[in-house]
Amino acid sequence: MKEIIELLEENARLTPEDISRILKKDIATVKKTIEKLEKSGVILGYKAIINEEKSKSFKPVRAVIEVQVTPKRNQGFDYIAERIYKFSEVVTCFLVSGTYDLLLIVEGDNIHDVAQFVAEKLAPLEGVRGTVTHFLLKKYKQDGFVLTKGKENHRQSISL
Amino acid sequence: MKERIADRVNKIEPSGIREFFDLVLGMKDIISLGIGEPDFVTPWHIREAGIYALEEGYTSYTSNQGLPQLRKIISQYIHRRFGVKYDPDDEVLITVGVSEAYDLAIRAVVNPGDEVLVPQPCYVCYYPVSVLAEGKPKYLSTSSTGFKVTPELLTSNISSKTKVLVLNYPNNPTGVTYTREELKSLAKVIKEKNLIVISDEIYAELTYDHGHTSLSSLPGMRSRTVYLNGFSKAFAMTGWRLGFACGPEDIISAMNKIHQYTMLCAPIMSQMAGIEAVLKGDSAVRQMCTEYRRRRDYIVERLKEMGLDFVYPQGAFYVYVNIGKTGLSAREFAIKLLRQKKVAVVPGVAFGPKDDNDRYIRIAYTVDFDTLKKALNRIQEFLRSL
Repeated sequence: MKEIIELLEENARLTPEDISRILKKDIATVKKTIEKLEKSGVILGYKAIINEEKSKSFKPVRAVIEVQVTPKRNQGFDYIAERIYKFSEVVTCFLVSGTYDLLLIVEGDNIHDVAQFVAEKLAPLEGVRGTVTHFLLKKYKQDGFVLTKGKENHRQSISL
Repeated sequence: MKERIADRVNKIEPSGIREFFDLVLGMKDIISLGIGEPDFVTPWHIREAGIYALEEGYTSYTSNQGLPQLRKIISQYIHRRFGVKYDPDDEVLITVGVSEAYDLAIRAVVNPGDEVLVPQPCYVCYYPVSVLAEGKPKYLSTSSTGFKVTPELLTSNISSKTKVLVLNYPNNPTGVTYTREELKSLAKVIKEKNLIVISDEIYAELTYDHGHTSLSSLPGMRSRTVYLNGFSKAFAMTGWRLGFACGPEDIISAMNKIHQYTMLCAPIMSQMAGIEAVLKGDSAVRQMCTEYRRRRDYIVERLKEMGLDFVYPQGAFYVYVNIGKTGLSAREFAIKLLRQKKVAVVPGVAFGPKDDNDRYIRIAYTVDFDTLKKALNRIQEFLRSL
């Protein structure tokens, strides 16, 4: 189970056949395990990592937002976090240590959208004490992939 | 014009597959399973240490033997990983890759006419370098013993002139390695016959199914083994040209004598990067090793499904595949595969005499998984088309 997760985390395009060969397990077992992982929510989904620096398609505006909140009695940060992450504009929500509590990544069609979301939805929420919004300017590296440069490999195509 | 060139150089055969290499290098958009070096670039923290060394002005010579700190941590590393103790002061020599270390070792111990046993298939340098040292290299064919030297094979090839045995495990091109027990049985013969062993263990960290045993860690072997290792494969540092030799003081000191006149020292910036590699490289090595092992497991299953024969590879990043069934020679197979399916492999004849190796190709799994899969699909299609 652990190895299947590791393999898929690294390369989601591996087929059950590939995995069965790598791990020397029969395909049926591998398929069943993957299904189980998907059903139980260990595997949430599969998607391509797009280099937006290169793609010509529409690029959303993103902001990293620091949020200071007041935790609720008996429920800690979970209650307010849920109120926030349920907005579809919020694509990432982490609770962090330090000078603020929640770290959000928020997406919108343009700067105005994001600003409006902060001003009208996020900041007025009960329990939100303050926000600091950083608009994202350029991505250099994401999920282990470097986005701005070509591959670093200069091997000859054959050697002994 | 030939007489202008020294006899001992004329004696060396030029590599028989240069032509094939040129063919590969001239083609575009191929997938190459013919690359004998890691597909990973040197881990960034090691590269960064090299850059820092340059920034700080480390651009000078070092002592001939190499930076004392590097020798010290290499000695600790070998003790920690392989259980052998070498004195960094006079039993460790830093070289420009294992290639130089091997040349030094051969030149340090071989007198004209001394026999050097070279098990084959093997990496290309062992035989010709012995010729240059005016030794008499003798190939031991391992093709009928699972690509391993056995005590019987060794015994039957030893003469009164035999002085050196060259071992390389895990092996390039076969990926085969030895268990502790197998090495013990070889050590018995080696001691009885009073041989010196040059043990090229450059792929030691890339051993997948059991721990790597260094020959010099076996009782009585330390005094007759020159242990060679380097940074190229484990740390993905081929271009840094950094290796080392460990062995008994007399041999290391003789090697250093040649090294001081011919090479002087290994580049200081490489040595500085090497220090970082040994001190902090463990997790990067483990990650790369896991990735190679997974590719090995995958490729082995695929080759079995294709009905191809090979000896199960337990280390390095190669499989030596028998393509005899196709009726093609290694070279024909490689050229056809390249032309028809744009996949490059190395014909076995690069690694030893034709009689033994003309039915084999070497596949190197030094490409990422998706590329490996694509290449194997193409090889499968190619086999079906024959």
